[in-house]
Amino acid sequence: MGAPLITLKDVSFSYDDKEILSKVNFQINKGSFLGLIGPNGGGKTTLTKLILGLIKPDHGEIFLFGMPISNFKDWNRIGFVSQKANSFNKGFPATVFEVVAMGLTAKIGYLKFFKRSHKQQVLHAIEQVGMQDYAYENIGNLSGGQQQRVFIARSLVSEPELLILDEPTVGVDYENVQRFYELLHELNKAHGITLLLVTHDTGTMTEYATDIACLNKTLHFHGNPNEYAALKETDLSRIYGHQVSIVTHDHE
Amino acid sequence: MLADFIQYDFLRNTFFTGLLIGIIAPLLGTFIVVRRLSLIADALSHVTLAGIAFGLFLEKKFAITFITPLYSGMAFSVIGSVFIEKLRAVYKAYQEIAIPIILSGGVGLSVIFISLANGFNTDLFNYLFGSVSAVSQKDFLSILGISIVIILIIWLFYKELVTLSFDEEHATVSGIHAKHIHLLFIVLTALVIAASIRIVGVLLVSALMTLPVAASMRLAKGFKQMLVLSIIFGEAAVIIGLISGYYFSIPPGGTIVVVSIIILLASIFLKRVSFTLKRAG
Repeated sequence: MGAPLITLKDVSFSYDDKEILSKVNFQINKGSFLGLIGPNGGGKTTLTKLILGLIKPDHGEIFLFGMPISNFKDWNRIGFVSQKANSFNKGFPATVFEVVAMGLTAKIGYLKFFKRSHKQQVLHAIEQVGMQDYAYENIGNLSGGQQQRVFIARSLVSEPELLILDEPTVGVDYENVQRFYELLHELNKAHGITLLLVTHDTGTMTEYATDIACLNKTLHFHGNPNEYAALKETDLSRIYGHQVSIVTHDHE
Repeated sequence: MLADFIQYDFLRNTFFTGLLIGIIAPLLGTFIVVRRLSLIADALSHVTLAGIAFGLFLEKKFAITFITPLYSGMAFSVIGSVFIEKLRAVYKAYQEIAIPIILSGGVGLSVIFISLANGFNTDLFNYLFGSVSAVSQKDFLSILGISIVIILIIWLFYKELVTLSFDEEHATVSGIHAKHIHLLFIVLTALVIAASIRIVGVLLVSALMTLPVAASMRLAKGFKQMLVLSIIFGEAAVIIGLISGYYFSIPPGGTIVVVSIIILLASIFLKRVSFTLKRAG
């Protein structure tokens, strides 16, 4: 296993008086593909927001690439893909090329311009996700699955070492979900990108992930897929609380 | 018109000023429309009116002429834009409430300053609906300077503005300073509005920022294309509007907006036709 890219030490967080996360300890090593699962309201999205520095923990410490998050400046080493297939600015008339190019904005930096070499990078990222035939189409005319690929390309274009995906398959149909996981698998294996995938899809994900963690207010399990498969029904219901029946019915 | 154009300075001033705002109003307008902030332009134009009334009041009552209504309008507009941002931060869940607050505040102040300056006159009428003869050499030069600054800043921050407008969350996560860029943008908007008022007037300035964009949105595939088309439509509306306004002695605000609406309707119609043709063919 490689060096730790994300480390959480005793992290707690509350909204108003409601405790969302309680003493979470957690580590993601370089080269791994970690699937983070847990019930709705279990704190998965809050955890990603903490890691991305959008909110600050009430207690505990977060380290990114071995550095305290407050001192961390290299945000372009981290890529982020949210559920944006559902919630980006839909009326915005942008081509696929323009959207992917936006992934370079912060990396290029203020008062510097988009150059020919950047154009090559953008086209390469579009090719990586298999969207080259749509490079100059309006993003609004694509399907949910295709849009999600474009958003991955937008994160890939800045060549991040760590990619965080928050429920990226919401609103994507089954067949495209399969292709999506194959893409993630390739990014992880062939390109060595470390992945943190937040999902409630416990089925397909376990075939591809190298690590699985279960979060429900605190971390209940962290191991490899075989260990996860060996968990008993009673363990799962402890993790998921009352939601265990809902989760299993999800995949019928 | 050509003979008059060569003969009269004021016509040349108006025409060149019109060409400038035909660029900067749709330029800023494109970002305003995609960010769904169209009404902010309206609120700011009313604050600008208060500033203009304040300038006229100073001129009349105290014979202060070094602060022209253009400058006082601009100052009010910029202050108003900063207030809107502050209010939007205070009422996070009801951000649009900032607009009626600033708009009514602007009208209220306008009424006070207008009556203090002894009521309505032609000058004020020109500010409301625009004028082909109101632009002085000094105003033209000021607006030229402002336009250059605006175009330069948009050019320098183009990629940040686009990224932020498309997906604010992603932009923030990737390390763009959303707050500062947004403030810069809203201040630029305030300047564009103040600069445009001489030609199109307080009541119609937001139309020049939004109608050409609404038209180009129907036809453009990407953002850059939309930006360029918006400016072309904006220029067409200003040029045709100014010439017809001059010939028929109508305030150009009215003619420019009507031309913009005709362009908008034409683009909607064109889109329909091409859509039907695609289906049929």
